[in-house]
Amino acid sequence: MFGAEVSGVAEVVQAYGWFLENAWIIPIIPAVAFFLIIFFGKKLPMKGSELGILSMLATLFFSAMAGWQWIDAVNSAPAGSAMAPVIKSWTWWTTGGFDFTIGQHMDGLSLTVLIVVAFISTLVQIYSVEYLHGDRRYTHFFAALTLFSAGMMNMVIADNMLQLILGWEIMGLCSFMLIGHWWEDGANSRAALKAFFTTRTGDVGLLVGTSVLFFAANDWTQKTLGVSGFSIRGVSAWALSGDPSSAAITVAAVALFIACIGKSGQFPLHTWLPDAMAGPTPVSSLLHSSTMVVAGVFLVARLYPVFWEGLNITGSSFNLIVVIGGITILIAAALAFVQNDIKKVLAYSTVSQLGYMMMGLGAGAWLPAVFHIFTHAFFKACLFLAAGSISHSASHHSFDMKKDMGGLRKFMPITFTTWIISTLALCGVFPLSGFFSKDEIIDNVGHNGYTLFMVIGLIGAFMTAAYMTRATYLTFFGTPRGASAGEHHDDDHATDHAHGDHAHDVHATHDAHGAHDSHDSHDAHASHGPRESGPLITIPLIILATLAIGAGFLNATPFGAGWENMKKWVEPSGAVISTTGIEEAHGGAGASRIVYLSPQAEEGAYSSPCGKETPKDGICYAPSISHAKFKWSKGALSLAIVFAGMLVSWFMSVQVFERKNRALAGLTKRNKLLGAGHSFLVNKYYLDHLYEKVIVRAIAHPIARGAYRFNQKVLDGIVNGTGISVRNTSRWVYRNVDQKVVDGAVNGSGAAAQGAGSALRPIQSGKVSQYGALLFGAAAIGALVLVIINT
Amino acid sequence: MLLNQFLFLGAVLFCIGVYGVITRRNAVMVLMSIELILNAVNINLIAFALRNGSVDGHVFALYVIAIAAAEVGVGLAMVLLVYRNRRSIALDELAEMKG
Repeated sequence: MFGAEVSGVAEVVQAYGWFLENAWIIPIIPAVAFFLIIFFGKKLPMKGSELGILSMLATLFFSAMAGWQWIDAVNSAPAGSAMAPVIKSWTWWTTGGFDFTIGQHMDGLSLTVLIVVAFISTLVQIYSVEYLHGDRRYTHFFAALTLFSAGMMNMVIADNMLQLILGWEIMGLCSFMLIGHWWEDGANSRAALKAFFTTRTGDVGLLVGTSVLFFAANDWTQKTLGVSGFSIRGVSAWALSGDPSSAAITVAAVALFIACIGKSGQFPLHTWLPDAMAGPTPVSSLLHSSTMVVAGVFLVARLYPVFWEGLNITGSSFNLIVVIGGITILIAAALAFVQNDIKKVLAYSTVSQLGYMMMGLGAGAWLPAVFHIFTHAFFKACLFLAAGSISHSASHHSFDMKKDMGGLRKFMPITFTTWIISTLALCGVFPLSGFFSKDEIIDNVGHNGYTLFMVIGLIGAFMTAAYMTRATYLTFFGTPRGASAGEHHDDDHATDHAHGDHAHDVHATHDAHGAHDSHDSHDAHASHGPRESGPLITIPLIILATLAIGAGFLNATPFGAGWENMKKWVEPSGAVISTTGIEEAHGGAGASRIVYLSPQAEEGAYSSPCGKETPKDGICYAPSISHAKFKWSKGALSLAIVFAGMLVSWFMSVQVFERKNRALAGLTKRNKLLGAGHSFLVNKYYLDHLYEKVIVRAIAHPIARGAYRFNQKVLDGIVNGTGISVRNTSRWVYRNVDQKVVDGAVNGSGAAAQGAGSALRPIQSGKVSQYGALLFGAAAIGALVLVIINT
Repeated sequence: MLLNQFLFLGAVLFCIGVYGVITRRNAVMVLMSIELILNAVNINLIAFALRNGSVDGHVFALYVIAIAAAEVGVGLAMVLLVYRNRRSIALDELAEMKG
């Protein structure tokens, strides 16, 4: 059907880097390391952490080399051509004549996320060596971290949906293990369960969506591309081919997006993410800021054509993804204002930033959203690790900003500096990385006709600046309070809120649980005052802060097209591609070449039909997306909004927290309306109540009650009836069969055996030679009988 | 083929072995007689293997030799224990197995 001659097709086949071809090795390294740590970790000098760090360094090296080779290939591609992703697949298993494959699908998107995951994982593992030093499940912690990275990497490089689900579920399992790392405390294990069940709720959507896609797409992909309906490349092409019915693709897109809502903490399933801060801080930094929660965003970006067509992104100013993203930005940012726990502020900030990514994807700003994944990973990981550094060295494992922090900028200069840099990057202040990605999202959302959501994005930027200023003020400025003021530890014991007992309390309520044991030695001789953390903690902070400054320049749109490297390297070409050469691009295990596929039409603003109409002589793999042109007037507006947010929040913080201004402090207690709003926020919009008290009770309790009634009435009736009839039968059997027949037989055979025994007793003389004679005699008689019978 | 001669040799050995097992009082001699029986079997196995031109009999014979070695090991250990307990290995004095 695509046999028509396409003019201007120039194929350039080029040999191609080893690391890029063999990127499938990357997830295998940490997977192997996981088993090694589990089996041998405890016997090693560093309790298995060295294996985890080594495997992470290896994956970082492999993925960086693969990324470099990809960039090299893109840079040397002839003008006007598009890069085909490096796809390899092998048969995983075969059933019913159908091959399930496993393989790799390497392109700009997967390499970007892969490098981010490897990089953050490496730093977090190094950081954990000190942070969890002396923890009781130290080895298992590193094993779970390593397996988590393996799962994420497997998901990122997956060439088909089943492999993606495999990685997705490994991550779900590992997040459960890591959030509940200190499970002795009931709150932690509850948080772990909540995270697991909430994301599982969404995962149902993933299974449904994948199945729908498979059954809808398989015929087309088998016929046209020779790949199954699970193949990501195949499904992407199918979605833009004009073949799918609008109902099927819409159902698939909505179902898949539900999975992304669960995993990426979008409204209304965001409630698990802040609770998941119960895990150790490195876990929060790795899982819940920069990698795992990005999985949902990654899935949308990966299967973008499905969402593009299914939710009609281009043709409207309103769709499911953009609405959910917009709501998430606002509600999460609002919740961040009422948190006293520094990690919860960061958690809601993460939820809100994920909202930006989703909103960007929903409004057709694919590249800015992916770029925001990239930049956000660095500064958010840095913020979390800085929070961990504070609790580790200054506030005695407390995360309460109001009780145990304040004035820390003098004591922790490195932590303070890195925090400020990352905060500015998160707020989107000009030369830092957040500006280039977040501003691009807002700009492109407006450019693509989603004006309302552009306004929401700007309001979100204002709120982000304000709540981060509040958190910064409470933590680093003002007067030191509680533990940070050097208050003795035991003073806190009266208050229920304290971090656990120093010496032996198993049920510590706060973060550093097992880590306590090691801190006793610190605290025994050192003063209780705050101090800077050790180099294993500060060096990752410095590296991340440097990237928070610099990462944005990879796609610095304000400086002109020459700076838009991310666009060049990562964005898939939205051009119609002829079907010749596809075989090579989809080559099997032996394929070691890359095929540049010349696009049919010149790429430019909406000159390609991809994503808008059915391609005629070829296939589209990605919608053609136009980019907003950067204007300093728009940039200045959003910067002004950010600075306004900071100033307002600073003024309010000084007035409320330091001067205790009568007019402002305690306003929520005096004014009923504000008070109601405050408690509405403190109770997280009552969503937890809704889920646990209403929905779970409404659904689970009647089922439980019905099951109980069924159990009592029906099952018990059956069981009791059976029991009674069995009892009657058995009484009859006892009297007649058992007593008479069976006992008679048993007694009779007993008597017979006794008689035979006493008759044969003389033979048992105890003389071995007699036994031998009997044996041979019997054998001889047997042989004789045999001979007689056979002749 | 000298099959009959081999079988005859085997039968003689077997009978000597059986005679030794039944009549000898010394436990070591009984063990040696059992070895004779086993070797008689080996001769039979190999004789038939040669006749049939098959390697199975040889393999069986090798197995028998290996098992005979194990059996002698166990037997001698038992004899040694008996000797330690009773200062004698005369079998007719052992009547503890009397039922």
